Amino acid sequence: MRWCHWVNFPILTIMIWSGMLIYWANDEYKITIFGHTFFRFFPDWFYNTLKIPHRLSEGMAFHFLFMWFFTLNGILYILYTTISGEWRELVPKKNSFKEAWLVLLHDLHIRKTAPPQNKYNAAQRIAYTAIIIMGIGSVITGLAIYKPVQFYYLTWLSGGYHFARILHFALTLGYVFFFVIHIVQVILAGWGNFSSVISGFEVVNETPEPIIQTTTEDEKAE
Amino acid sequence: MKKQSKKVKKELTIEQKISRRNFISFTSFAVLAVGAFEGWRWLYKSPQEITGITGGTRKPLRRALNKTEIFFRRTVFSENHLVKTYPKSMAAKHVRVNSDIGVEASKKFDPAAWKLVVNKKAGEVLQVTLQDLMALPKTEIVYDFKCVEGWDQISHWAGVKFSDFIKHYQLDDYAKMQFVGMETPDKAYYVGIDMPSAMHPQTLLAYEMNDKLLPLEHGAPLRLIIPVKYGIKNLKRIGTISFSDTRPRDYWAEDGYDYYSGL
Repeated sequence: MRWCHWVNFPILTIMIWSGMLIYWANDEYKITIFGHTFFRFFPDWFYNTLKIPHRLSEGMAFHFLFMWFFTLNGILYILYTTISGEWRELVPKKNSFKEAWLVLLHDLHIRKTAPPQNKYNAAQRIAYTAIIIMGIGSVITGLAIYKPVQFYYLTWLSGGYHFARILHFALTLGYVFFFVIHIVQVILAGWGNFSSVISGFEVVNETPEPIIQTTTEDEKAE
Repeated sequence: MKKQSKKVKKELTIEQKISRRNFISFTSFAVLAVGAFEGWRWLYKSPQEITGITGGTRKPLRRALNKTEIFFRRTVFSENHLVKTYPKSMAAKHVRVNSDIGVEASKKFDPAAWKLVVNKKAGEVLQVTLQDLMALPKTEIVYDFKCVEGWDQISHWAGVKFSDFIKHYQLDDYAKMQFVGMETPDKAYYVGIDMPSAMHPQTLLAYEMNDKLLPLEHGAPLRLIIPVKYGIKNLKRIGTISFSDTRPRDYWAEDGYDYYSGL
């Protein structure tokens, strides 16, 4: 459901931004391996460029408003996808995990041919399903740190208050990672594909795979 | 000729359909995008609330915080939901001191002369000494103390359950009111607590930390330990307690934080 996709984009951006306003107040996470700290979240120049310091209460206020929209949009998406049966296009199939490897090799120009696909290829099925599960994970870990006493079972499920906060943070890093790959893929897929996500053109028009087919043909021609 | 033109026409109609569809969807997309952006700008630039009991944030955000509070209080809050407790051995030996507003070391304060003041109706005042409180049943708790800033620490406290205190001093009528207000003796720090949270079985008027009387920087002689709230509500060095049906003033709520701040 493409509307949910576009609604999610600004909401998630606001959630990540306000999340950083909150995180700044106690920015203790870093990547340390064998006692050596490789990276601290986040360096000062990063905070200063984005004007993040000293805005904890503001961040919380925004975060606790937009959490509603994020959650509702997610519920709407899952309901629609389930009821319409579109989940069949999205959820990985048995062979998806094998195929995804081939898709990856193809995308990296190591293999010439890509496995056949419908709306989404195997790698997309895995990635897009994972991002939905991550979204659910963010809501659960979010509630677990937001109301750890009232939602004690969610906090327990998330491995305790402290760990839930780390998970919540890691999921956000996951979104950023996803976003980067996603944007690169969208640019590579070209304008036709992009416009279809706005117009829903190929879905409505009974010719389900013109865009994707042309890209594969183009690449074969190369 | 005729045949050809017909064909061309047919193709055109399909393409026209395509471009029309594209035009409609792109226009509505653009309109919605602009709308979303304007909506965001409206929210971001919306005026600050006038500081009263709450302050320091944008008006619509404050409204959202208050509505969200009502939602969670009505749907999920329960006295039976208890904060997770830990064995004593897990409690921190060095308990973090995060703030000294109202308990600054530079301020003159004599714990021996301290008395808890409970403001009752019609100017009536109840005074309670630490010895009085220590004679009441003692409750201990080892739990994960949580700060809005994001840190948490397992710590060990002991004192009188707030609900036991209410019962013992026959303040039950007061406990039917909506809020409790607590302030430091110098009135520099103050919190407002909704009654259900105050009467929660794990809310303590604490006088001990790690089996010893509270140190000054942790709020000696008596502080509030309220595990269903963030640290900002856990007032150190209680001077006065009062009751009301409207929100009592609250230090951090005046500065943009959620009044409820419940966990």
